[in-house]
Amino acid sequence: MARTLRFREALREAMIEEMDRDERVFLMGEEVGHYQGAYKVSEGMLDRFGDKRVVDTPIAESGFAGIGVGAAMVGLRPIIEFMTWNFSAVAFDQILNNAAKVRQMSGGQFECPIVFRGPNASARQVGSQHSHAMEHFYATVPGLKVVAPAFPADAKGLLKTAIRDDNPVLVMESETLYAVKGDVPDGEHLVELGRAHVVRPGRDVTLVAYSRMTHVALEAATDLEKEGVSAEVVDLRSLRPLDEGTIVASVERTHRLVVVHEGWPYGGVGAEIADRVQRLAFDALDAPILRVTTLDVPMPYSAKLEQACMPQRDRVIDAVRRTLARGTN
Amino acid sequence: MDPELLRDDDPDIALLTVLRDDGSADPATDPGMSSETLLRGYREMRRLRLLDARMILLQRQGRVGFYGAAHGQEAVPIATGLAVRPDDWVFPALREQSVMLVRGFPLTTFIAQVFGNAGDVLKGRQMPSHQSGRAVHQVSWSSCIGPQLPHAVGAAWAMRAKKTGAVAVAFSGDGATSQGDFHAAMNFAGVWRAPCVIVCQNNHWSISVPTSKQTASRTIAVKARAYGIPGVRVDGNDLLAVYGVLRDALDRARRGAGPTFVEAVTYRMGAHSTSDDPTRYRAQAEVDAWAKKDPLDRLRRHLVHLGLITDASDAALDRELTAEIAAAVDEVEKLPAPERESLLADVYAEPTWNLREQLGELRRAGPAPTHG
Ligand SMILES: Cc1ncc(C[n+]2csc(CCOP(=O)(O)OP(=O)(O)O)c2C)c(N)n1
Repeated sequence: MARTLRFREALREAMIEEMDRDERVFLMGEEVGHYQGAYKVSEGMLDRFGDKRVVDTPIAESGFAGIGVGAAMVGLRPIIEFMTWNFSAVAFDQILNNAAKVRQMSGGQFECPIVFRGPNASARQVGSQHSHAMEHFYATVPGLKVVAPAFPADAKGLLKTAIRDDNPVLVMESETLYAVKGDVPDGEHLVELGRAHVVRPGRDVTLVAYSRMTHVALEAATDLEKEGVSAEVVDLRSLRPLDEGTIVASVERTHRLVVVHEGWPYGGVGAEIADRVQRLAFDALDAPILRVTTLDVPMPYSAKLEQACMPQRDRVIDAVRRTLARGTN
Repeated sequence: MDPELLRDDDPDIALLTVLRDDGSADPATDPGMSSETLLRGYREMRRLRLLDARMILLQRQGRVGFYGAAHGQEAVPIATGLAVRPDDWVFPALREQSVMLVRGFPLTTFIAQVFGNAGDVLKGRQMPSHQSGRAVHQVSWSSCIGPQLPHAVGAAWAMRAKKTGAVAVAFSGDGATSQGDFHAAMNFAGVWRAPCVIVCQNNHWSISVPTSKQTASRTIAVKARAYGIPGVRVDGNDLLAVYGVLRDALDRARRGAGPTFVEAVTYRMGAHSTSDDPTRYRAQAEVDAWAKKDPLDRLRRHLVHLGLITDASDAALDRELTAEIAAAVDEVEKLPAPERESLLADVYAEPTWNLREQLGELRRAGPAPTHG
């Protein structure tokens, strides 16, 4: 049996279940308690767990990210919420130089079982400093795991697994997905890290996406169907570890690949996938791999400019047509 | 430090006030502003109050995307606009955008930034309430709380090196004092004696977090002591008091006597921004108590006391300002969105090959889709 939950409710359920199960788990961040979460993800949790386990902080991301790393080193399992991942820039040193390296630099004596989570990427008209797709920065860092669910069931299952993982895991959510509904299985629901999911089977081209872009890829696939093009959509779910097996198997069936993600085209998750696929499935490819990303500029505020900047359905469809025609320009 | 050393009459503990309840000014602290300056300040405060209300209405109607108002905190930006010299630099936070209006920035251009359209000098790139104006030496705050504070110290330090005689004024909220950038700015300002003034508007709330959960310090002003900077705690709802403190602090900075830190004690009367509902976390009684200390009402009582304004002059002023704002909104709202290709400009000093390549990608985007 399954129930229909919103994305934010699925995340909340994951945290509540894990906090019920393991008293070492706690939630900390700006506005998570009394305000019930800037985006209502933690609604009701302060009442349920009290202010020792649902902890409001001063505005100091470097402070509470570091507090979390310290608490994790001595045995607690923090969930650190960033009001948005943009603000994690202020805590970058704690994540890059500390959370990611504690285990390795201490010769394995210490561990850092911590979850950092919050909304990521564009959120409609919040300007360049509030629209970053931060996963690309973090996914390059050895020692970190990064997940980016697109559906409520995966949001719940990945977050629960992340909380149980003995490594720092970064969960990239999306403000534009929090209200999205989906079926979530009853009972204990865990999703393994590092497993992609074919959310739509197809024959002619593979679209790889994650988070909100999975929905954009699905929209494009629906439209392409009308043109007689059958697109397979692979929802990555985990960005690191990356499920290259599922991607390669799909490309071996369709012989064409378009990667869709927010964030800039220089480097990043899409470039990583393109590198792996051309090495692992060179003979299967009938066309160069194309990427549809945010344009290579800081995100503008104006609604019209923002829409033109973001990866959207028309550009995905155009890229698919080009890969079918073997055109790359 | 021994808490006993914090004496109640220390300037970083005691509240400096000029305006009294009966509308008179305390002669011991009165900065002696001319009638003309007082009337200008009053006009600007009234205009800002009306402008904020209009912008919030536009946001509610879905005509603009976001707005952060200064309601209840107007005295600080307006006093700043009156106290600075034209060549001084201003680095505001969310609540001090309007300093530039006092310094002559056109209202229409200011409103065009809120719309982010073709009339916006920022070309539709920045969120509303993040205005920059080179002509009036004002730089937008950063959406991530805090960076403008070290910017201001850096600008001040550079202006001293360039011997321009100009100084920098930076602003933050009480919440921002928890960020590392606040510490960095205060420390550098102190060590280098940078010609700057750092102002914290303590409006008692950072979204839903009260100041008591932001810092365990008795006041914010007293933090300056540890950085070797004078700290002053001023009534932020008192235009005369803020003006006097800033004028003295700017003079100190200009004559090479070093930076000053100012805590302006005030209250955010409205929501944090258009995305917030404050009734969920604070008591109406608290808001009502602060409403009695409204900075515009207090200045008004003083001007009535001085015989400078009447009910009739107020009504005329409101009509005039309302018409000015309405005309500006009408003029600006008609303007189109910025040209699509404009989003590729200004990323680098010169157009680069990758940006030319992006032009091709941009043309594929088709007309603006409705989804997404
Ligand atoms: C680095 C960072 N963290 C969190 C936020 C979200 N945020 C925006 S404004 C704000 C509160 C600011 O409070 P304060 O500094 O007191 O200024 P006020 O808005 O009250 O004037 C917060 C937490 C942000 N913009 N940047």
